[in-house]
Amino acid sequence: MGFLFDRNTWQEIFGSISKNRTRTIITIIGVLWGIFIYIALSGAAKGLDNGFDKVFKTVAVNSMFVWAQSTSMPYDGFKTGRPLQLKLEDVQTIQNRIPEVQYIAPRITQGDFGSEPVYTVRGQKSGSYILNGDYPIYTKISTKKIYDGGRFINQEDIDQSRKVIVIGERVEQELYTKDEDPVGTWIRVGSVYFQVIGVHKLAQGVSFDSDTAMFIPFTTYQKLYNSGDNIGYMCIAAYDNVDVVQVEKDIKTLLKNIHRVDPEDERAFGSFNLGAAFSKIMGFADGLTFMSLVVGIATILAGVIGIGNILLISVKERTKELGVRRALGATPAEVRNQIVMESVFLTLIAGILGVILGAGFLAIINSFTKDVDFPYTNPTVPIPYVIGALVIMVVLGTLIGLIPAQRAVSIRPIEALREE
Amino acid sequence: MIEIKDLHKSYKMGKNSLHVLKGINFNVEEGELVAIMGSSGSGKSTLLNILGMLDELDEGSYTLDGVAIKNLNETKAAQYRNKFLGFIFQSFNLINYKSAAENVALPLYYQKVPRKERQEKALKYLTQVGLKEWANHLPSELSGGQKQRVAIARAMAAEPKVLLADEPTGALDSTTSYEVMDLIQKINDQGNTILIVTHEPDIADMCKRIVHLKDGVIIEDKKIEQVRASKYV
Repeated sequence: MGFLFDRNTWQEIFGSISKNRTRTIITIIGVLWGIFIYIALSGAAKGLDNGFDKVFKTVAVNSMFVWAQSTSMPYDGFKTGRPLQLKLEDVQTIQNRIPEVQYIAPRITQGDFGSEPVYTVRGQKSGSYILNGDYPIYTKISTKKIYDGGRFINQEDIDQSRKVIVIGERVEQELYTKDEDPVGTWIRVGSVYFQVIGVHKLAQGVSFDSDTAMFIPFTTYQKLYNSGDNIGYMCIAAYDNVDVVQVEKDIKTLLKNIHRVDPEDERAFGSFNLGAAFSKIMGFADGLTFMSLVVGIATILAGVIGIGNILLISVKERTKELGVRRALGATPAEVRNQIVMESVFLTLIAGILGVILGAGFLAIINSFTKDVDFPYTNPTVPIPYVIGALVIMVVLGTLIGLIPAQRAVSIRPIEALREE
Repeated sequence: MIEIKDLHKSYKMGKNSLHVLKGINFNVEEGELVAIMGSSGSGKSTLLNILGMLDELDEGSYTLDGVAIKNLNETKAAQYRNKFLGFIFQSFNLINYKSAAENVALPLYYQKVPRKERQEKALKYLTQVGLKEWANHLPSELSGGQKQRVAIARAMAAEPKVLLADEPTGALDSTTSYEVMDLIQKINDQGNTILIVTHEPDIADMCKRIVHLKDGVIIEDKKIEQVRASKYV
């Protein structure tokens, strides 16, 4: 393999390639196109992947919501159509009985799902907003970005049923003037005054809460509305590596058991499983990545076969030249090496150019989609993929180059030199 | 330098066998300038191909500079060609995308001579054939005579034991032919052994010895008084 590092070998190869310019360019375009498609496709797929990741970054992706509806089957002496109510004890029971659950946050809400929003007043300004009674653990499921100087509800607030409130971005815009700092001020919610402790920023991407939502401690809500142990719905996050669909089933079965509902009753409890939806989307993204890989490799393969084809023709054209080289003392191995190296070199040059063009293309796409409301971020191709593609190309280039090289060697110099 | 004993060569043409060389005995001393003559089909090109290790002999022996040339594989043959022989072809056979100097340097490349030395030597031999100024021109920019002179320089560059020329003037007009012959004579004067296949009597007369082939046997082998080509140039 010493010839690989011999400067003379490369000079000879470079000479032959650079002086058959048309052939070289045509050959290069084939592989260049292949690797370009590969890079562009897998980069685009990765961008979509990243985009989804970014969208779901603000929430626990394997989370779900469970709420109570009313029964649709008679059971255990109860008639059909019995309204159900989730209780705080249910939360504890789920936490104790289903180990796959990482976080569970009960929530009670006013103003959402068709109920009357809460009339809120500050000075001369007023508006109607959604009011949620929450536990601090809720932020583990849906991160809340709180503006400078503020905070979310903490355990102390719960323990002492403090009259503190976190308001949404739009609430701030509607109740305050631009240069006012809402933290520390008081607003009237319904008939009770609350001190504002923070403003939550609307998360980019998926958010469970709108910017008109306000949050108060769960215990305060209980006292304010006299809601007892009732809860509106629960937000549940499962551990990362568990099957969220199964967890959802387990939770519902448990709830049916507690509330004495027919196990077959599908309508008693409603749920939305974000984890399942998320894995569908990610499955789509994975499928896209896989497809781009297959298409890309196939295109590269076609390009490399094209190189082999053109080299085969060029060997025919160069019969005489190769015969002369043999007469001048080129051994069959040297001729074979030269043809194979030409193939590999062309493939590699084309590949590198293709990678550069592909990267440029991705950069352009990135700059176009930067401010577009579309889940597409930072389209990149992992370096191992690029190197892998280049390695595949070198291997294929060698193999395909062997065909014309063998042809070149099989022509005896005397035949090559025969005068026409 | 060259010793050939009882050389036979036949080609298979389907079922028939064509006996081309029928027992050639032939010696060449160092410094000779030999013309091999004969009509087409006489076997002169076959003889040259065997001498050039481009073809194998069937029977007999061939010794070149004390080395028996027998049962060579392609790699060995290539190495011997590179070491012992320089080829001059009727149609020049220059590599068309290489400059004159690069063409001349090519055999040196296969001798693994370093690039710098290759270039120096190529230039030296181009100077010797009077084409120093044309070193960087492509063959397409040269005239026929110039091309053949580049080919001669290329054959010389490897400093071979024997130069083999197959109709070196076959594609040239007579004036250019004499120029090329003049060059070949001068190279011979320096002590190089040269074999020329030709069917032109005036070219043969410029050698020192003429070997006549007919139907695969040598019918005449005579030393002659050399006609200097410089008279016609």
